[in-house]
Amino acid sequence: MSTPRTMFEKIWEPHVIVREGDQVLLYVDRNFVHEGSFHAFGALAKEGLKVRRPRQTTAVADHYAPTLNRELGLAGVADSEARDMIELLEKNTAANGVEHFGLDHPRQGIVHVIGAELGLTQPGITITCGDSHTSTHGAVGAYAFGTGASQLKQILATQCIWQKRPKTLRIVVDGALRPGVSAKDVILAIIAKIGIGGATGHVIEYAGSAIRALSMDGRMTVCNMSIEAGARAGMIAPDDTTFEYLQGRPYSPKNGDWERALVWWRTLPTDDGAAFDREVRLEGSTLEPTITWGTIPEEAAPVSAPIPEPRAMSADKRAHAEQALSYMGLTAGMPITDIKIDRAFIGTCTNGRIEDLRAAAAVLKGRKVVVPAWVSPGSSQIKRDAEAEGLDRIFTDAGFEWRASSCSSCAAMNGDTVPAGMRCASSSNRNFEGRQGKGARTHLMSPAMVAAAAVTGRITDVRTLL
Amino acid sequence: MKPFTTLTAVAAPIDIASVDTDKIIPARFLRKLRTPTSGYEPYLFHDLRLDAEGKERPDFVLNQPAYRNAGILVAGPNFGCGSSREGAVYALMDSGVRAVIAPSFGDIHYANEIQNGMLPVTLAEDTCHALREQLRAKPGSQLSIDLPAQTVSDAQGTKYAFQIDEVYKDRLLKGLDEVGLVLQHLGAIEAFEQRHFNERPWLA
Repeated sequence: MSTPRTMFEKIWEPHVIVREGDQVLLYVDRNFVHEGSFHAFGALAKEGLKVRRPRQTTAVADHYAPTLNRELGLAGVADSEARDMIELLEKNTAANGVEHFGLDHPRQGIVHVIGAELGLTQPGITITCGDSHTSTHGAVGAYAFGTGASQLKQILATQCIWQKRPKTLRIVVDGALRPGVSAKDVILAIIAKIGIGGATGHVIEYAGSAIRALSMDGRMTVCNMSIEAGARAGMIAPDDTTFEYLQGRPYSPKNGDWERALVWWRTLPTDDGAAFDREVRLEGSTLEPTITWGTIPEEAAPVSAPIPEPRAMSADKRAHAEQALSYMGLTAGMPITDIKIDRAFIGTCTNGRIEDLRAAAAVLKGRKVVVPAWVSPGSSQIKRDAEAEGLDRIFTDAGFEWRASSCSSCAAMNGDTVPAGMRCASSSNRNFEGRQGKGARTHLMSPAMVAAAAVTGRITDVRTLL
Repeated sequence: MKPFTTLTAVAAPIDIASVDTDKIIPARFLRKLRTPTSGYEPYLFHDLRLDAEGKERPDFVLNQPAYRNAGILVAGPNFGCGSSREGAVYALMDSGVRAVIAPSFGDIHYANEIQNGMLPVTLAEDTCHALREQLRAKPGSQLSIDLPAQTVSDAQGTKYAFQIDEVYKDRLLKGLDEVGLVLQHLGAIEAFEQRHFNERPWLA
């Protein structure tokens, strides 16, 4: 019998073209680009190179896409520098024959949302994008990782990347999640446990009954934030949930190819007895809605807890926690539910999918927000689907602004900033200082928790509103 | 790419742990073009360096006269975590920083430094801590990095050995561009593609 192998090994090994010391030349099946990829296209052109395999790269405008006035197309982009970025992507992709979902394309959306939605993201393949949240795509059982501009240029020019093989970390979450506890709470609890550098140099495979029970939307939320624990990638074994999700999508394999793909995909899950470099376990049934109180994603706690005392922390965590509380304007020991918020934001590649919007709408139905709040669906398709279900009405009746699809206030590159000193309940992925705008204070939480905070004006255990 | 062999430069202590790339360069500057006459140096640590009125914060280390021309940073664990933005490396490079010494690095940022001919040096946490103490005690003192020998030397001449992947070391020493290195293997890549897409035509 052959040695049991992890899913990661089963994807990595067949994609190795050349070995050189500890590095391998790895083949990239699918690559994604967005407006921020202009440095890579610029360097490519400067060297007189073209995209070598244009059909394997897909482009979409997301980081700089405005969430208002989208019916006006490019003319509606008030910020001239942002408009230049969006136009530059169009020019660069046209010059290289790369398919591009521009600002007013019906398939426009956040790159890490449209990948799986279009069926471009598939099990067993290698996926890259010049964005750290590329780990999202691993939710279907792919090896997906972000790169900087120089490596993106190399991928565009060669369809390959030099890489050192990462170590493997299996995170097992068993047990049933309780009502009101979501995929976001699972990943925030994992990051709080292992730390922001806890998975550096590793690829994470998420396993266990709580992970298996998640929908594709939930699995993408979990894998999305792998990078927030430092991991190169996150992945979840493909199963019937994955196959049902992918079947019939525009770029999914069709007919005989679908059957051939299925046979292959069913061989991908980790073999019994395969060895991981590390393993971490969590009990899903004990998890609570979880929020961040600090300025790195590991500075998170269950909603029922008080804000932790830095004095009680190890020396390496204490200094950061003290600085974080000072930036956030919070006091150790205060109940998390005493934190008042000024803004509420739902969307992003972490939590902008249909299930996220449904969970928030379930809380908002019949209630009114008490702070400015907006929602930016993860893709234009999700926006249309939500409107067909009447979710947009629930949001707008509650006082949320129903906006167009964009990365929006996650990194606030499109101008959707949170003002300095203001506190935002956010379904995004990073609570770094200034992430949502200079001086802005971010609390990460699930979309349902954002909705709960929006209607009460303070961090609220969503379970009291269900 | 400019080769990296040895570097002797003023070193500045960065005492914050988990310096994310949003701190190194806030997202709002990533739309800026980078040209030979207009680099990314104005954006380095922008919101730590400058207050709301755009005035320098005197307490930020790189604003202090002794550290202004720092060519090396000595940081805490997990330097460059977070976003993949290569702008973080452009801001460091354009400000004259050619090496960062830290106990650990964000994975993507580490690769981005190498790609641009910067040297990320990994040293033990207590060594980094001791070096920072030393640099604070004698502001403006220099460190020397010798990549061929894989050592960092402090002002007293104490040497600290560091590990680096041989492939990265070779590329930094020669200043090699990776596109060229990949295309040396074009024959193998094409053979791979023929096999790969023959088996899975829907991926081509």
